[in-house]
Amino acid sequence: MKRLFIYEPKQLPALAAMAALLLWSMSAWAHVETGQAGGFLSGLAHPVSGLDHVLAMVAVGLWGAQLGRPAIWLLPIAFPLMMAVGGLLGLLGIPLGGVEIGIAVSSVVLGALILGEVRMPVLGAMLVVAFFAVFHGHAHGTELAPGQNAMLYSLGFVIATGTLHAVGIGIGTIHRWDFGRAALRGAGSLVIVGGLVFLWGALA
Amino acid sequence: MKLRLFPFVAGLLLFAPPASAHLVTSGLGPFYDGALHLLLSPADLLGLLAVTLLAGLRGPQAGRWTVLILPGAWFVAGLIGLHAGIGFDLPWVSVLLLLVLGVMVAADAKLPAGAVAALAGLLGALQGLANGSALAELGAGPVAMLGIAGSAFVLALLVCAAVVSLRPAWTRIAVRAVGSWVAAVGLLMFGWLSQTA
Repeated sequence: MKRLFIYEPKQLPALAAMAALLLWSMSAWAHVETGQAGGFLSGLAHPVSGLDHVLAMVAVGLWGAQLGRPAIWLLPIAFPLMMAVGGLLGLLGIPLGGVEIGIAVSSVVLGALILGEVRMPVLGAMLVVAFFAVFHGHAHGTELAPGQNAMLYSLGFVIATGTLHAVGIGIGTIHRWDFGRAALRGAGSLVIVGGLVFLWGALA
Repeated sequence: MKLRLFPFVAGLLLFAPPASAHLVTSGLGPFYDGALHLLLSPADLLGLLAVTLLAGLRGPQAGRWTVLILPGAWFVAGLIGLHAGIGFDLPWVSVLLLLVLGVMVAADAKLPAGAVAALAGLLGALQGLANGSALAELGAGPVAMLGIAGSAFVLALLVCAAVVSLRPAWTRIAVRAVGSWVAAVGLLMFGWLSQTA
């Protein structure tokens, strides 16, 4: 009988397995720098991935807008810098107790300051913001996925934080109108509620 | 494996996806490869941005000196790196310089034009030595280094000119906010470096 195949039928399973393995071969990427875009994007996504962080960072912008110059630009400068200090502490392995509680309390306190339209000296306002920024930085500054570019991750992380402050400042511009002032104080109460929910979660 | 299986296996191998094991050459030539290198290197770009923002804040004189000294030092140090041919990379010094420059921009430090130019020269020399020694390992020549320095000149010119011409107060504040971001990145980089050290 004429043979139909160039191989023995009993070799078929082995050949099929070999073919499947060859077709599934992955790219080697032996030298190309991978993770560059991923590093930037994951850094960018980190602060916006948690509503507790978003709430506090937008609240910093809202409070800055209420306080006016020079706090409106000093607070968004102080926050990323001290957040980086928090990240540095985390990276150096220096523990910080009650990070999640600190993050939740930051929303409660900032919300209360916005609701009460509390005016304090610029240095005092900076100290309040800087204190809470350390908790935010410690929580997120250390989470770099393997193989990603640390500098791009840091850059994305800082840019996202600054953008959230800018969003807060943008919303806070309604402060120049009477209805805006009331709306801003209302927003402060919402920030408090959000902070209390996160505080409940952190303590539970 | 029997010889008659060879065409079958060869056919399968032809369907294997590309390995991407080596960098694809741009085909632009050494000058433009060098020019693109700077544009695609975030660490180099961030340092350049910080020093040119500082120069722009300090006015036209500091800007003019920086625009000339930064790429000049970058090119000369790059040539030294190319000829020395040894791996030169001082990440701690580069990160420290990034942090200092970021803090100075954020604080709107009132430095004289000469001091800004000296900082620009230091940054250019550090980056140039690192780039030159890396290019030497790749077998690249001075033309690639010229491309890097050319890019540095164009970018420095654009940033300095943009910042010097800023008039509304909030625009200068925005520049200072960017400086604080650079300083924050520098701080975080210290942490990453200490982790990997």
